[in-house]
Amino acid sequence: MYVDYMKAITERYSRLGYPPYDWFHADTPPPWRPLDKKLSDCKVSMMSTSGAYVAGQVAYFYKDDTSTRRIPKSTPTEDLRFSHITENYLVDPRRDPNCIFPIDALRRLEVDGTVGAVADDLFSCMGGIYSKRRVAEELAPAVHQNFKAQNVDAALLVAM
Amino acid sequence: MCHQTVSLVARYLEQHGIPTMCIGSALDILTAGNPPRATFVDFPLGHSVGKPFDAEGQIDIVRRGLQGLERMTAPGIEILDVRWSDDEDWKREASDGASGGDVRQPRDTTPRYQYEEDRLLAEGG
Repeated sequence: MYVDYMKAITERYSRLGYPPYDWFHADTPPPWRPLDKKLSDCKVSMMSTSGAYVAGQVAYFYKDDTSTRRIPKSTPTEDLRFSHITENYLVDPRRDPNCIFPIDALRRLEVDGTVGAVADDLFSCMGGIYSKRRVAEELAPAVHQNFKAQNVDAALLVAM
Repeated sequence: MCHQTVSLVARYLEQHGIPTMCIGSALDILTAGNPPRATFVDFPLGHSVGKPFDAEGQIDIVRRGLQGLERMTAPGIEILDVRWSDDEDWKREASDGASGGDVRQPRDTTPRYQYEEDRLLAEGG
């Protein structure tokens, strides 16, 4: 049995008197870009939707914030912070950021050669964005620019 | 909503030439969003790549997820054989629309810092 989150959230909203949320249901097959080299030759970066930021950066706000943060891979793990509309899921990430922003794992996979390299910069956003239009028109192109500037061969996207 | 956001972003990136691997813990939302490649980790939300302070478990999940970039030859969602706990009590709580589950904070445009000192630091105070 897997948790049916859409059903649970719909029930919760209904009890609170909110209109039902119109979830994205893809009606076309996903685009497909094959990896054109071995993973061990690829430069990889990551974006986590967990609202991670580095102490000293501006935190996220909770009303459809479509901004991103650049998080250097050299960032000390203890300098990572989180702001996300569903703060209740941040209890463990705030103790160990690696639950949802696996910076230590990526550094290790670079050292052990699983990936060719980890890009100098990793990224975050605050994924609790209600507006699908703003994700498509603002967030997705920004993330693409972030990754392009790092010249990545592949991207890991971690959902919270 | 994060799983919907990653699906939309992954589809955009892939369309623009960047291969992607999503890792997430909400199978139903990932299935609806149908990203090019996803790895499902059946853990409570907030733990998509592992349990706190379980460095080896986290590395294993990220490694297997990334290796899916090579392994997968067609779109889909791979389900990792990992278990959060011996029982499934957490799933009953997460499924309950009346209690448990997420508690959304007020939606406005004020940055929400984890610590007050972060706010002072960011504002140059």
